[in-house]
Amino acid sequence: MSYYNEMFEGDRVRDPYARLRDWVETMPDDFRQMKQAEAEALFRRIGITFAVYGEGGDPDRLIPFDMMPRVFEQAEWRKLERGIKQRARALNAFLRDVYGRGEIIRAGRIPARLVYQNEAYEKSVVGVVPPRGIYSHIIGIDLVRTAKDEFYVLEDNCRTPSGVSYMLENREIMMRMFPQLFRGNRIEPVDQYPDLLRRTLESVAPAKCNDRPTCVILTPGHYNSAYYEHSFLANLMGVELVEGQDLFVDGEFCYMRTTTGPKRVDVIYRRIDDPYLDPLCFRPDSMLGIPGLMDVYRSGGVSICSAPGAGVADDKAIYTFVPEMIRFYLGEEPILNNVQTWTLWKDDDYRYVMENLGDLVVKEVHGSGGYGMLVGPKSTKEEIEAFRAKIQANPSNYIAQPTLALSTCPTFVEEGIAPRHVDLRPYCLCGDRIELVPGGLTRVALREGSLVVNSSQGGGVKDTWVLSE
Amino acid sequence: MLSRTASNLFWMGRHLERAETAARLLDVGQRITLLPNTELGYQNEWNSLLQASGSSDMFAEKYGAITQENIEEFIFFDRANPSSVASCLEKAREAGRIVRTALTSQVWDALNVSYQELRKIERLPRAKLDTASLTDFTTSHTSTVRGAINATQLRNDGWHFMNLGYGLERADATARLLDVKYFVLLPRIEFVGSGLDTYQWQVILRALSAHRAYHWAYGGDITAGQVADFLILNGESPRALITSLYETVWHLEGLARRYGDGVPTSARDKAREVLAALQARDIEMIFDEGLHEFLSWFIQELSTISNLVHQDYLLGGV
Repeated sequence: MSYYNEMFEGDRVRDPYARLRDWVETMPDDFRQMKQAEAEALFRRIGITFAVYGEGGDPDRLIPFDMMPRVFEQAEWRKLERGIKQRARALNAFLRDVYGRGEIIRAGRIPARLVYQNEAYEKSVVGVVPPRGIYSHIIGIDLVRTAKDEFYVLEDNCRTPSGVSYMLENREIMMRMFPQLFRGNRIEPVDQYPDLLRRTLESVAPAKCNDRPTCVILTPGHYNSAYYEHSFLANLMGVELVEGQDLFVDGEFCYMRTTTGPKRVDVIYRRIDDPYLDPLCFRPDSMLGIPGLMDVYRSGGVSICSAPGAGVADDKAIYTFVPEMIRFYLGEEPILNNVQTWTLWKDDDYRYVMENLGDLVVKEVHGSGGYGMLVGPKSTKEEIEAFRAKIQANPSNYIAQPTLALSTCPTFVEEGIAPRHVDLRPYCLCGDRIELVPGGLTRVALREGSLVVNSSQGGGVKDTWVLSE
Repeated sequence: MLSRTASNLFWMGRHLERAETAARLLDVGQRITLLPNTELGYQNEWNSLLQASGSSDMFAEKYGAITQENIEEFIFFDRANPSSVASCLEKAREAGRIVRTALTSQVWDALNVSYQELRKIERLPRAKLDTASLTDFTTSHTSTVRGAINATQLRNDGWHFMNLGYGLERADATARLLDVKYFVLLPRIEFVGSGLDTYQWQVILRALSAHRAYHWAYGGDITAGQVADFLILNGESPRALITSLYETVWHLEGLARRYGDGVPTSARDKAREVLAALQARDIEMIFDEGLHEFLSWFIQELSTISNLVHQDYLLGGV
């Protein structure tokens, strides 16, 4: 399989990378090692660490940072931006619809079963329309590139996509370590993200709020692997970082406990999953939630971002219908491609997948983080057969996709510089406006040949540049 | 400010102060091991110091012999000892991590670096470490954090809560140390002028980093009355009960002013009352009423103030 190299076309350096070539090629090894150590020390000092589930070991592990940036031209970015915003609009329209009249289902474009029997479909909010009709306020869209003008959406993250703090910190660290690179290149800034996020949250305050809205970030707590990000964003936005125990419901509003007594909360950017939000409505054993919160939400006393139930739009089975949503709600043709997807609950698809397991990528419908997936071409016969047995036990739990030829970007490795596979997650904000900052999080699979970029599976991160014109 | 944030800042201050207390204890403990161990008296010194931090039973059970290695292990490294330097720094850093948004980056940086350095030290072979480097490590890092707090934190409610933690912890540590040693400070004819006596007073002063300051303040020989005066009533002495309490009152006043009438001030009122009671005494009066009785009263009052801080601010008004 051949891969699109983002920097080189044969021996020629592609335009956006032109100025980086000298920088890379003239960098002495010892200087590079020194800078790499400096970057690591900076990350550790700031405290950006990442706990990997189930691995034990160092709880303060760092996500490896690669100093070689990933670069987009303005024109490339404009197209991605249009495609992402289009998708974000369609996903919110879909959510509005399926918690309302369900037109897309009546029209026969999406099977009712996939929506209404979906685990993430939240019956308790049917008929509740959140402010501005926005359900998902921060959408992370995972993209891969296979050719100059070919981008595919791997998945949509409509609940609580993480990683944006890396986008911001990667940039900070690059600017601190290599200021001359930023003088020589005209790189669009990303540091307005926290302001945009705050404005987005304020713009969806509930109707009952008639003052400047009080926004908070709700975290599961400091043992959560993304806690750093929660506190980082709260700090940059100047809002309180709360845990469930800090909030309580009294009458028709939600309050936080402060040193000067109770203070009303209008918008909650929650970083905990639906089932933990309110023990009276969802899991009764949740220690993270706020009893009575859903009643306040349903009666318009507080906004929850993303809205409970938003997860039904980013499920891997629903994913296959996003192009349909774009046509149905917006009357437009999709700008970004979906990856061809076989759904294993269909007989034909099932047969095809089982015959070609060695060539495909198979994922669990509700899986995430790179767990519970099979990358056929990179797996041994035994691994494939073991996975086959899992599929046979519960076919409707899986989807399959062709193994994509993920583009590569030059990356600093032990021996110098070498191509490694990358993806891209931009973060789209939906409130009174739909906005995204020029950039995103580039994840890189650091193991040679690996196509899995998840940080839980040995992936690293890069700074992502969009050049201005 | 979130009540939980205030609570974490308060405990961050307390644990940083406690780490310093442990480091001083380590310094004193190490000195004791350098003295000829035929004198049972010196062993008792060590035990009473441990009693002050409430951990003498634990040490006896887990380690037994008073050796330099055991003291270092127990006072510096042992995570099972809640008052060890490692435990305190870890808890302070954890509290800081939880409320990072309330700290300046310099404070967080100092706190986080101290913890990262601690982890490095923990990985070193123990033989490569000497006691002095461990105490220096602790005091230099806790001083850096304190300096960063004073130099960079906004003078807002969070700053008051941190300093309340520092102040109450310090008052408590001094009072407890004096209480386990109160008998040494009572003037008793048969001991006056004996080497052991002077030595015991020095241990107390040293355990409070006050042995040099004492000489600057009083000059001449060490006497029981002056040592007690220095550590209880002398407003120049940074660890004296009166100084720590004065600072506590000052920060509670700051909170009361900032929060205005809507928020209860029972902690402030109580702390004012105790401070006034302290100011009304001189050292003879304290000896007359009984040093132990006085210290018991004081420790009890501190705990009341601490509980009132909790009631006034940390429950969120519900």
